[in-house]
Amino acid sequence: MPKKRDFILIGVLLVIALAGLAVTRLLQHQSGASVTITVGGEVYGTYPLNQSREIEISDDKGYNKVVIENGIVHMEDADCPDQYCVQHAAIRSSHETIICLPHELVVEITGGESSDVDIITQ
Amino acid sequence: MTKKLTISALLVALAMILSYVEVLIPFNFGIPGIKLGLANLVVVVALYLLDARQALIISVVRILLVSFTFGNMAALLYSIAGGLLSFIVMVLCRKIKGLSTMGVSVAGGISHNIGQILVAVFVVKNLNLLFYLPVLMIAGIITGFLIGLVAGLIIPSVRKALQL
Repeated sequence: MPKKRDFILIGVLLVIALAGLAVTRLLQHQSGASVTITVGGEVYGTYPLNQSREIEISDDKGYNKVVIENGIVHMEDADCPDQYCVQHAAIRSSHETIICLPHELVVEITGGESSDVDIITQ
Repeated sequence: MTKKLTISALLVALAMILSYVEVLIPFNFGIPGIKLGLANLVVVVALYLLDARQALIISVVRILLVSFTFGNMAALLYSIAGGLLSFIVMVLCRKIKGLSTMGVSVAGGISHNIGQILVAVFVVKNLNLLFYLPVLMIAGIITGFLIGLVAGLIIPSVRKALQL
């Protein structure tokens, strides 16, 4: 049966996770400027976030179709077995990623500036 | 010896069935890629009823068999990484006095997810994947909690049934 120390351990781990979540939210709060796609760590292409377009990536690892639409990005289609990248929610803020692990592909929002700073400096 | 072998084989078979059940009926947590990891129940039980060496063999054999049969080979590297890290952490946590299957399983669940994301960081060469860590930790706590709860409940009966 669970003991006191089990709950202490779970409590500590939960606090660490929630603190991490807060830091993550804070860093991903900035809006991004461009979309970078990498395959196996190599940059495939960088595209402005404010221009709608469809990007099809096809190589020996597989096929992916990334769609940039109204400042948000999602994986429209992929032929990977797990389809996690297609199910992944659309991204828009800096440091946010959509990953297709079987294809070693990462869609990443980059080059963001904090919108808060913009408002303050205006 | 024969008894040890038979029990190990039985547990491997059970782990495979549990993995298959999860393929048929995925326990969806609303986050793509997050699984309950029912087969880890077998590993936790083995860790308490048998010795660490045997539990390790059961864990590795079921990962290989599941990947070869109804898993996918692309995921094998991640399964092995998560499985091994989680196993090492659980063996260490089991030695801590005052921790039950619950704490051990939660530590195992979290380290399983950490092991997988670390391999992923190396494969795609992108540190931004670490932003998934907090969510994966929370998922590991929940799945580890459930597995640990069930393990704690069934270990006494399994021990009795197998006359260990």
